[in-house]
Amino acid sequence: MGMTITEKILARACGRDQVRAGEFINARLALALANDITAPLAIKEFEAAGATKVWDPERVVLVLDHFVPNKDIKSAEQAKLVRDFARRQGLANFYDVGRMGIEHVILPEKGLVVPGDVVIGADSHTCTYGALGAFATGVGSTDLAAGMATGEMWLRVPETIRFNLEGTPGRYVSGKDYILYIIGMIGVDGALYAAMEFAGAAVAKLSMDGRFTMCNMAIEAGAKSGIVAPDAVTEEYCRGRARRKPEILAGDADAVYARVIEIDVAAIEPQVARPHLPSNAAPASTLAGVSIDQVVIGSCTNGRIEDLRMAAEVMKGRRVSPRVRAIVIPGSQEVYRQAMHEGLIDIFIDAGAAVSTPTCGPCLGGHMGILAAGERAVSTTNRNFVGRMGHVDSEVYLAGPYVAAATAVTGTVAMPDNV
Amino acid sequence: MILRGKVWKFGDNISTDHIAPGRYFHLRTNLPELAKHVLEDANPDFASQMQPGDFIVAGRNFGLGSSREHAPRIISLAGAGAVLAPSFARIFFRNSINVGLPVLELDTSGINQGDQLEVDFEAGSVKNITTGETLSFRPLPPVMVKILGDGGIVAHFKKYRDFNLET
Repeated sequence: MGMTITEKILARACGRDQVRAGEFINARLALALANDITAPLAIKEFEAAGATKVWDPERVVLVLDHFVPNKDIKSAEQAKLVRDFARRQGLANFYDVGRMGIEHVILPEKGLVVPGDVVIGADSHTCTYGALGAFATGVGSTDLAAGMATGEMWLRVPETIRFNLEGTPGRYVSGKDYILYIIGMIGVDGALYAAMEFAGAAVAKLSMDGRFTMCNMAIEAGAKSGIVAPDAVTEEYCRGRARRKPEILAGDADAVYARVIEIDVAAIEPQVARPHLPSNAAPASTLAGVSIDQVVIGSCTNGRIEDLRMAAEVMKGRRVSPRVRAIVIPGSQEVYRQAMHEGLIDIFIDAGAAVSTPTCGPCLGGHMGILAAGERAVSTTNRNFVGRMGHVDSEVYLAGPYVAAATAVTGTVAMPDNV
Repeated sequence: MILRGKVWKFGDNISTDHIAPGRYFHLRTNLPELAKHVLEDANPDFASQMQPGDFIVAGRNFGLGSSREHAPRIISLAGAGAVLAPSFARIFFRNSINVGLPVLELDTSGINQGDQLEVDFEAGSVKNITTGETLSFRPLPPVMVKILGDGGIVAHFKKYRDFNLET
């Protein structure tokens, strides 16, 4: 009986030839990650446990991205606590204002995560790195503290639900539409505790940016991880970037899956997830006319260069509706610079959009675009829970960059063809 | 251990944003203060009216969303005896065990707001004193029982200086 790619990665990480879904193992970590919200609590627990040195200063990664540039005094104090810890521990990979980006954008970009890795992060969207053919999962601060101290984590080997995406997508359909459609189909607990494996010809044709978007939202279906088996696209991305040797693994032909779901992407229209769950997905065309106050384009889901290209394609030569505040947030300094070189930033500013330094800011209702009572946003982020982006009586509609940009221009939920 | 308390009933898919809203994150270094807003977006009366030992009884997939450990911590700080639900989001579930908040998986459809419950952790049973019904909850994996028994992951680590998962 064969193994899934996830079982193979985990078997390797616990030094065994074989593991099976359902087994509890102790896995060696390639990286342990935390941010300015979760690291302070992890550092406190690390010290409370009597730990003094992290297991490997090359492999503990801290990124200040949620409430920075410091939004208030409390945030400044938390950021300082993390900064002081990083210096004290001599961490090689600590990312601060001016050099940072959104954690899940910069870790792959800087080659810190490579195929075959086991990565934990005190951030639920750590599952993003599955796009590289790694096993990556979100944990709480206390698990992270234990990981920082030992370089290990206990976990239960997850079952895998495999999604075979075949066919040719229509115009304006991206990885975001695939994943919103899938979450709409299986629900916000449709993959609870499982690994979501994305495969098929349509996934093979997706760029790395599209794959990051898909794996990023695996958590929104309750999954432990998302994964795409590495291929030529992955290897090309890793070339000149990977800081360690990638381990290219593949699932066996006779691997056991909990479920296999076949999807014809030709049937998927650009999607919008209505409030207040990511599973409330519907074709964007059915929501035309819903008026919108704010559009956010960015985040760990859709803050990469290809996302900004999609948004700019729609906004080029057009103006943001006077009713809308449009906020564009490149996910990293590298994405920002690339967008500048390609003239995308000019397109956004000419259109009347704000362009910001990288931050998670508005996605979690932190700063840089909070909603008032009764306001509605279309956002390329990952969650539309009650009160997520501000007031408890505000609403978030999730979409991909094409629909978000079209909505910014028209002031109502719109298809890119209708601007 | 046997706990008795009143039921506060919640629906399906209660998120970490319901439990610990992002807008109160300026209180994240002051968890007792943050706990005064626990579950505010799902039931504004809960934090002010609940009594220590009361139970949170919810529908499917409790705790979905963020990995923020503040969520189970403030439920615990507010004094809830346990959270009962047919299923939990996995990061929330793991965090709860790590910080010592009992999370019990069972069918909660027959439990109503205001019911009095008696939870017997050793026996794995939940007695609904109001309705007379007795339910059993799914036992935790042995690894989690061990961590809970040690008083959470930090205490476990202090004890063994490493993970000790032999059960």
